[in-house]
Amino acid sequence: MISKEEINHIAKLSKIKLNEKEIEDFSKEFTETLEYLEIIKEVDLEGVEPTYFINTNKNPLREDIVEESLPLEEVIKNAPDEKYGYFKLPNVMD
Amino acid sequence: MKYKTIIGLEIHVELMTNTKIFCSCTNEFGGEINTHTCPVCLGLPGAMPVLNKAVLEYGIKSGIAFNSKIANNTKMDRKNYFYPDLVKGYQISQDEEPLCSGGYIEIELEDGVKTIRLNRIHIEEDTGKSIHTEEGDSLLDYNRAGVPLIEIVTEPDMNTPEEARLFLEKLKSTLEYIEVSDCKMEEGSLRCDININVMDTETGERTNITELKNLNSFRAAVKAMEYEEERHRKLLSQGENTVKETRRWDEIENKTITMREKGEAADFRYVVDGDFLPIIIEEEWIEEIKKNLPELPHDKKARLIREYNIPEYDAGVLTQSRELADFFEKTVEFSKDANQVSNWIMGDVLRRLNDAGLEIKDLKFGPKELADLIELVNEGKISNNIGKKVLRDMFETGKTPETIVKEKGLIQISDAGELEEVINKVLLENQQSIVDYRSGKDRALGFLVGQVMKATRGKANPQMVNKMLKEKLEEE
Amino acid sequence: MKNLDITKLTAREMREKLLSKEISSREIVSQHLDLIEKKEKDINAFISINKEEALIEGDKIDKKIKNGEKIGPLAGIPIGIKDNIITKNIKTTCGSKMLENFIPPYDATVIEKIKAADGIIIGKNNMDEFAMGSTTENSFFGPTRNPIDLERVPGGSSGGSAAGVGAYEMALALGSDTGGSIRQPASFCGLVGIRPTYGLVSRYGLVALANSLDQIGVIARNVEDATLLLETIIGHDKKDSTSIYMKNKDLLEKLNDNIKGIKIAIPKEFSNVEMDNGIEDIIKNSIKIFEKLGANIEEVSMPHFKYSLATYNILSNAEASSSLSRFDGIRYGYRTKEHSTLDELYMNTRGEAFGKEVKRRILEGTYYLNRNNREKYYNRALKLRTLIIEDFEKVYGKYDIILSPVSPVLPFKMGEDKNYLTNIFTVPVSLAGLPALSIPAGYVEGLPVGIQLIGDKFEELKLLNVALAFERDLALGGEADEI
Repeated sequence: MISKEEINHIAKLSKIKLNEKEIEDFSKEFTETLEYLEIIKEVDLEGVEPTYFINTNKNPLREDIVEESLPLEEVIKNAPDEKYGYFKLPNVMD
Repeated sequence: MKYKTIIGLEIHVELMTNTKIFCSCTNEFGGEINTHTCPVCLGLPGAMPVLNKAVLEYGIKSGIAFNSKIANNTKMDRKNYFYPDLVKGYQISQDEEPLCSGGYIEIELEDGVKTIRLNRIHIEEDTGKSIHTEEGDSLLDYNRAGVPLIEIVTEPDMNTPEEARLFLEKLKSTLEYIEVSDCKMEEGSLRCDININVMDTETGERTNITELKNLNSFRAAVKAMEYEEERHRKLLSQGENTVKETRRWDEIENKTITMREKGEAADFRYVVDGDFLPIIIEEEWIEEIKKNLPELPHDKKARLIREYNIPEYDAGVLTQSRELADFFEKTVEFSKDANQVSNWIMGDVLRRLNDAGLEIKDLKFGPKELADLIELVNEGKISNNIGKKVLRDMFETGKTPETIVKEKGLIQISDAGELEEVINKVLLENQQSIVDYRSGKDRALGFLVGQVMKATRGKANPQMVNKMLKEKLEEE
Repeated sequence: MKNLDITKLTAREMREKLLSKEISSREIVSQHLDLIEKKEKDINAFISINKEEALIEGDKIDKKIKNGEKIGPLAGIPIGIKDNIITKNIKTTCGSKMLENFIPPYDATVIEKIKAADGIIIGKNNMDEFAMGSTTENSFFGPTRNPIDLERVPGGSSGGSAAGVGAYEMALALGSDTGGSIRQPASFCGLVGIRPTYGLVSRYGLVALANSLDQIGVIARNVEDATLLLETIIGHDKKDSTSIYMKNKDLLEKLNDNIKGIKIAIPKEFSNVEMDNGIEDIIKNSIKIFEKLGANIEEVSMPHFKYSLATYNILSNAEASSSLSRFDGIRYGYRTKEHSTLDELYMNTRGEAFGKEVKRRILEGTYYLNRNNREKYYNRALKLRTLIIEDFEKVYGKYDIILSPVSPVLPFKMGEDKNYLTNIFTVPVSLAGLPALSIPAGYVEGLPVGIQLIGDKFEELKLLNVALAFERDLALGGEADEI
């Protein structure tokens, strides 16, 4: 059973506000999920390497040559709030 | 010693590549707000990072210069946290398999060489910048988002603020030498976070570590460390402990101030970044980079001492920067008198540069001109003092020493006849000094020499004047 | 203008008639737009319809043809694009309130390729929010309905792409597949859906869900049409570091239906899964067809199959929790009005703009990556992935193709919660990065059922040949008569 504290903790880490009902629903659903996930405990993983990458050829490297950046209008056109070309946030940062 | 200070450093250095680490936007400083960005460094949905080859190369160069082990197989990871200057909600960095592991930097203390070990060096991206307005808004500029960084983490091997300062100086000069960064702490291309605490050597008790951040010069870093060292010692001696926290140095108050309680260490939930493949670095490439690495400061210093027979102190000063050392060597090529060259550079040249806030590359004259100046002095054509004045003119106008001497008629007067005339005149005008000298006041000679120099506007050969005056004073 | 219903033609037929000047590009576009207008209130396959632009592009193609200029392989064909694929200046929402009004300043690489091939983007298709779901009921813009039965789901998350093609609103569509999001809706709507080998199609411009699992793929009404679009979007992209060079790209040219001697494997563990009535019969019938066509069918074992769903759940949610962190209301997208602190800005923005399923998955993923849990979940899942991949490698040492159902359940009614189970056959493929397709194999109670064909890496041609042979034999009516 996943506790309310744990849910609040992960909600905080992932910056998502949950109301009471959402916490309740998630608690129920996730508890079921975690029970289902117990199945992975039965496998012996001794000596098994993790797979991080599907294709394992070499990561390609880019030449250090400057290319054009986006024009300012394109950069800020979706901004919720903007000022003098900056993205603007109300007074929330310290 | 009852209390032992323990210092570890975490340094971020901006790399001098042409483009950012994961996109082809320019890495140039400045520019209009938000005009050096693209979908990748803005973190737009769907955009994907592509690793800059030069960043990897500079990281490898740094590892080689600091004797680290370069990984043949490394990867990029995501460090997850939320902050407005971090566009993706994660920073692409490296967690468990960094580009370089281990390594060390040696610093020279009075009683010998001390080895400061490195834990790791890895590559990562920088964040954007925010400014705050009077109205209290935050304004975000992402021109610097995606600037390539290397992060260098040391072991806690330093035990005094001075050792830390020496470490930073050596780090900076080496990185400049290998042309990886211009390391300007005041401009933010080198940032240093310090972890410091104090241990009671008798009981083994340690204070909680203070993290020092937002230091904008080596001087500020040293002052902050000295302050903290004292603060920790005092608390420990009173049987108390420090709070585990982050503090900053306040230049005005001259003390450290709490920034935020460190609390629980942040959980960055590292996950491998699936937009990259394994980064494979072949030994051949590492060897090639190693071969092409320029001579490092330590080696250059040793070589200068060996080849030019100059004192260790001089070699140390001259190898502070590659450009300075190169200037020295080129000048010696023309002048052949290494010690003289060293003296002139370490003396007047550096002094003038420092006063004007300039660097060697800003000089309006070259090694040959300096060598010529030294030659003029050595040959007695101008006095040492006149030489300094000529240097000043070379500084300001870039004219050759010969031209300046000619234009201003500064050739030293070494003709005995000419000098005798002036000396006689001075003696005539300063009868009292003759009396003073003869009654045992040696200082009178110096005064008279000065008068002769004044009358000749400094051009008289001071050694000759001194000799001739003495003879005259003693003969009568 | 004849009484020809262009929308009922195959994509290839449209192109043939265009080239032979029997129809114009504008006619093709107009007829499709008219049909879309008629059907959308029932189907809701589109979030945005690119009406003016599509007509303009249609006219441009007509002009090119008139001037005798060369036209691309997709010329004149209206194509639907799943709304998590970035289109420049065309609203791209990912089915979410978070991006309700987001207008991207760039094109995904696949879009650039489609445009270069003269394809026409007719609109952006509805989807489960941020590709999280299997029914397209999780969209902020309302659910999409299955054209075969409007009370049933079209599958998901590429439900809009599938329903649109199934309803003849367009001939071709791009979708995305992370755990089955192309194959399953294709099956539910009676269509061909292809998920290519991981890395074959550039992901630059695909809004990421899970970077090691996502792929862009195609949905069409028959194998050759699907191949036509697939061929166009395949290719190495320097903007996507995980993309691969493929030497032989001329799939359409090399397609052939002779599959004698092909070795097909049926994993025995798959039949342990409980399935709706009728699906097993479809599989049995399919096996008969393949035998008739000269293939050898044998049973194999994939012992780690039963861990696939768990492994997939952990890895995809862990990666997603990171990929979706960029949606924070600062630079684009939704921003909450309630914020007196930075924390509130984040939490309210994401709390208000993400739907339930998205929030659930992000929370789960965060949990699996948490300092206390990562060893138990994330690290274990990474290792289980290795074992699942090894199972596949062993099979492909001896066999060419793996055959399986696509979904253990028939297309179900809207509101029925069967999400959890529907991906069980499709997720192992994603974990291994293999190519797979869904092809119509029959009907149960009037509802379409597809079979899944899984190939070895980069064996797209083999896969398509087997599919083509099957399609021609089954002759369900999706493909055109031989031209």
